[in-house]
Amino acid sequence: MDWLLYAGDDTGHKFLLMIIAIVLFVALMGIILFVVDRPRNPSRWFVGFGFVGAALLLLTIGLVYPAIRTIINSFMNRNSTEFVGLDNYIRAFTEPQFLIVLGNTALWVLVAPLVATFLGLVYAYLVDKSRFEALAKGLVFLPMAISMVGASIIWKFVYEFKPAGVNQTGLLNQFIVWLGGEPQQFLLSRPLNTFLIMVVFIWIQAGFAMTLLSASIKAIPDDIVEAARLDGVSGVGMFWRITIPSIRPALVVVLTTIAMTTLKTFDIVRTMTAGQFNTSIVALEFYDQRFRQNEAGLSAALAVLLFVIVIPVIIYNVRQQRLSEDVR
Amino acid sequence: MSTVKTADAAPEVPRSKADISGRARKARKALSNPWASTLAVVIAILWTIPTVGLLITSFRPELDIRQSGWWTVFGSAFAGEGVFSLQNYETALFDGSTNLIVFFVNSFVVTLPAVFIPITLALLAAYGFAWVDFKGADFLFIAVFALQIVPIQITLVPLLSAYVDLGINGSFWTIWLSHSIFALPLAIFLLHNFMKEIPRSLVEAARMDGAGHVQVFFRVVLPLLTPALAAFAIFQFLWVWNDLLVALVMGDLNTFPLTVRVAELAGSRGGDWHVLSAGAFISMIVPLIVFLSLQRYFVRGLLAGSVKG
Repeated sequence: MDWLLYAGDDTGHKFLLMIIAIVLFVALMGIILFVVDRPRNPSRWFVGFGFVGAALLLLTIGLVYPAIRTIINSFMNRNSTEFVGLDNYIRAFTEPQFLIVLGNTALWVLVAPLVATFLGLVYAYLVDKSRFEALAKGLVFLPMAISMVGASIIWKFVYEFKPAGVNQTGLLNQFIVWLGGEPQQFLLSRPLNTFLIMVVFIWIQAGFAMTLLSASIKAIPDDIVEAARLDGVSGVGMFWRITIPSIRPALVVVLTTIAMTTLKTFDIVRTMTAGQFNTSIVALEFYDQRFRQNEAGLSAALAVLLFVIVIPVIIYNVRQQRLSEDVR
Repeated sequence: MSTVKTADAAPEVPRSKADISGRARKARKALSNPWASTLAVVIAILWTIPTVGLLITSFRPELDIRQSGWWTVFGSAFAGEGVFSLQNYETALFDGSTNLIVFFVNSFVVTLPAVFIPITLALLAAYGFAWVDFKGADFLFIAVFALQIVPIQITLVPLLSAYVDLGINGSFWTIWLSHSIFALPLAIFLLHNFMKEIPRSLVEAARMDGAGHVQVFFRVVLPLLTPALAAFAIFQFLWVWNDLLVALVMGDLNTFPLTVRVAELAGSRGGDWHVLSAGAFISMIVPLIVFLSLQRYFVRGLLAGSVKG
């Protein structure tokens, strides 16, 4: 057992464990298939649960049960020993520290998805059928591949500050100096710092938006575009009157998907400022309250809050989807 | 996973290549606007500059990094000065204070099982939901589908306590299991949709011929599913390799992957750009290779996952 739970410096051991873990689950799959196929006339129920049982079991223990526990813990005190009613939620909505966190989160959810989707849309339209389309799209899409930690380091370097009179090493401050300004410590002052951190997220997500929207722009039937052109529609008119209405369902999906990602993203703020200088958001505060302040109840309440904010986004998405299906 | 699945994933309709490229050529001639093309390329380059800046920095000597901006290398390089070295990478990977090589190994050890385990379980479940008619299948499938919206933050802490109770905390198993659990709803949903695209007659014909579910699974369904599996595998690979939250909560010093270590360096040695820049690229190189070589599958998975085809 200890051998299986090993974690240390022995690289060979770690790789062996990795292979064992994979083989174990492939074998498990084999055993399940073998057992399901044994009986001569198995009941459908037996076969069905043979196939879906393992996944359902894991989801129940690993997702459903912990979620319920967290909801319960959000009504308990900081060590989850005593019921405290709505105290944690009241704190989250009244203490100034958390009001800033909530304000930042609202700013993130309202601004970041809109800007990312808008940029992705404009770029998808611009690049469509242009020369070098594949290369240009590849470059804009590339940030999707790297971690948010990596992206944050890339941008932290762009925002790097050196005092006036010394050579600047951050690109943004260098531009300011070239234009005759004073170098700034960008990440220190609110609300500018939150917007500059958002840039990192938008830089990543615009590529996602562009890829999905570009695919739906290409799916617009040629005859519609052709007919509009014969009617004398062109350029900007084409964009607003033909492209946007045609890809509306995709726009809604992209917007809501990015909004949900925004809510859950904590890597960027954590790497850029660790939540200092009033930049924290709910997803980061959840982590800090639990693992730095040891406030289990408050942290649970913030996690539940995250879930509650997601729900209206999803309802909007589903309703819009229904609408567009009715139209079809 | 972040994407909401709202509609069926329809695999791309195969069209003849000649048809597509012929139409594309015609459209290009009609529409190609040189200004738009130029602007598109300029934006793409602007988009890439921050990354290039850090990449160049990662090859510069420590002292140069402190004293001048990365854009000055072009001038120095023209003047014939030696401006690049691999020293930063050596320091980041092997120096005792950073030792990224160990975490590089951990990233691999964490990621591969976290990709394969959910695939095995999701394949079984997706087949069960798609092709075995059992009571409650529809209800259960919708329940699994709905679980995609649960933010993982809400599950992490109780899950961690469960691992502690089981006595497996601090091992790789906690990270593998957590990633597998969180990936299951999306994996089942994606694979189920692709399985449903297989013509019913094909499956039924095999069943008529006396093939059991296992034979149908291996002989009919699995071969047709390869593109879908590739798409999900890449998606999950990038997700797990780039993940910070799960690794940070579930892991410990011996199991942390690169992201955790590099994020830690950004906090504790924020001014040491020679180590940070090299560290950032060490953590990015594998996902970049995977992404660039398999982008086609990735995009297909993304499209199948979020927008009706």
